[in-house]
Amino acid sequence: MTAIPAGTGRTRAKAQERRQKWSRRAPLLPALIFAVVVTQVPFLATVVTSFHSWNLLRPGSARFVGLANYAEVFTDSEFYGAALNTVVMTAGCVLASMALGIGLALLLDRPFPGRGAVRTLLITPFLVMPVASALLWKTSMLDPTYGLVDQVLRPFGLGGVDWVGEHPLVAVLIALVWRWTPFMMLIVLAGLQSQSGEVLEAARTDGAGPWQVFRHVTLPHLRRFVELGVLLGSIYVVNTFDEIYMMTQGGPGTATTNLPYYLYQRVFQGFDVGQGAALGVVVVAGTIVVAVFALRAVFTAVSGREAGA
Amino acid sequence: MRRTSAGRFLLAVLTWAAGLLFFAPVGWMVLTAFKQEADAHTRTPKLLFEPTLDQFRQVFARGIGPYLLNSAAATVVSCLLVLLLAVPAAYALAIRPVRATKDALFFFISTKMLPLVAVIVPIFVGAEQVHLLDSVWALIVLYTGMNLPIAVWMMRSFLLEVPGEVLEAAKVDGASLRSEVTRVLLPMVAPGIAATGLICAIFAWNEFFFAVNLTAITAPTVPVFLVGFITSEGLYWASLSAATTLAVLPVVIVGWIAQRQLVRGLSFGALK
Repeated sequence: MTAIPAGTGRTRAKAQERRQKWSRRAPLLPALIFAVVVTQVPFLATVVTSFHSWNLLRPGSARFVGLANYAEVFTDSEFYGAALNTVVMTAGCVLASMALGIGLALLLDRPFPGRGAVRTLLITPFLVMPVASALLWKTSMLDPTYGLVDQVLRPFGLGGVDWVGEHPLVAVLIALVWRWTPFMMLIVLAGLQSQSGEVLEAARTDGAGPWQVFRHVTLPHLRRFVELGVLLGSIYVVNTFDEIYMMTQGGPGTATTNLPYYLYQRVFQGFDVGQGAALGVVVVAGTIVVAVFALRAVFTAVSGREAGA
Repeated sequence: MRRTSAGRFLLAVLTWAAGLLFFAPVGWMVLTAFKQEADAHTRTPKLLFEPTLDQFRQVFARGIGPYLLNSAAATVVSCLLVLLLAVPAAYALAIRPVRATKDALFFFISTKMLPLVAVIVPIFVGAEQVHLLDSVWALIVLYTGMNLPIAVWMMRSFLLEVPGEVLEAAKVDGASLRSEVTRVLLPMVAPGIAATGLICAIFAWNEFFFAVNLTAITAPTVPVFLVGFITSEGLYWASLSAATTLAVLPVVIVGWIAQRQLVRGLSFGALK
């Protein structure tokens, strides 16, 4: 055996360490690169495009216009209408489905015959293809003459309402709340089931009634889960497109045009790519605010569990 | 005592009623799919009728077949691709954490929060320039990107549940890294991989925004087929219901199978 000179040994150790580092990182790289190429590159391209006046119907029309597209977006009354509709739809849908979701989760969080079956029934709306459910709500559910909702409401003197025609926002909201309630319910249910039985037992032994236990033990515990549901739900519901496309096409007029649908009209019907891009950037800026809070909620939930495990 | 058991019974009935109410639109759709058009348009709900397969025949005659195939191709291939990318990435982030783990996790989840409208313009223009417009491959790439954050986070949460001792034992036995991964780790997380694939399949199958904007003649998927029914409203509810039943059924069944893992997928592995 020959002694290895100290210097070579150190370099070799270093090389090995480096190799190990790379063998740890290598499995991560394909996913990382893919995500950058599919999401970050297009977003950067959107930002660049937003500084250009560019209509696809006039090839070669692209030219740099600075902030003109943004100026146009912010002076456009239709933009404010669409932004307002987006806020109303998102807030309405998220709050209503959270309220219903909490109620249903509380009902499901107790043993009774057929619990698994009811849970399966209740999650189904979230699994149904949104385009299909929108079509169903528009026709066989909400039709003023033959719709199932009308047939149920008619005996109560509430028949003959043209939901989609007269109350388009309500009609879209009904379809949205139907789809998102199971989402909220599942998140709240996970929260309820993560409650420690010991704490509940202790509260009951101390003489707390069911309402007091709910008010002082369950509700504070649920807070984190409700926040998570509201934030994640908002991020998804802001992007609502399918229901609007299928049920109202943004109408009548612009009554149900939200930002995603407005952008779709700009780009795919007006072919105004520059304007559409500027609009996209503005929507992202708005979403980031919500997303920052959502990210924090996800991280607290994850690290809370990992620390507790 | 008596009062509480009566209360329990009432609550159980209420829960069942709520479940049936939420399921009613889907149940009504399936029922209508087996009706004749005349039975589908009645002033009072018709529950008793002679079931027929006519509507399904008609939907296939209208050519739903290629749409179903496109949807299946986009869903299956994108899910395989997403697992191929996400499982190693999750492994790097869970079992052998790299220093930038938190940054990487943060990055993946933040891409999911990017609104689709923020990227559709360059994707549309770019796909047109590289002649991927109206190609299933464009959808496959986009669905993979769309599901990647969910898959990475979900797989990471499954991998974190593997007891450290199991991995240590494999190392002590002198098992090489490769056999540690293939013989010990993969079989243990196989159910997690399956669940992740199923959750991603639900989102890929149901996706509409990219499908309607990036496909036309050769690559449109099932939701695009349904657009054709907007114009024929009021006339063909039974065949519309048959078409939506066919569109909805595969994913509803997949979702029922994977329902225990649904909340984990929806919350990026934060809840289970």
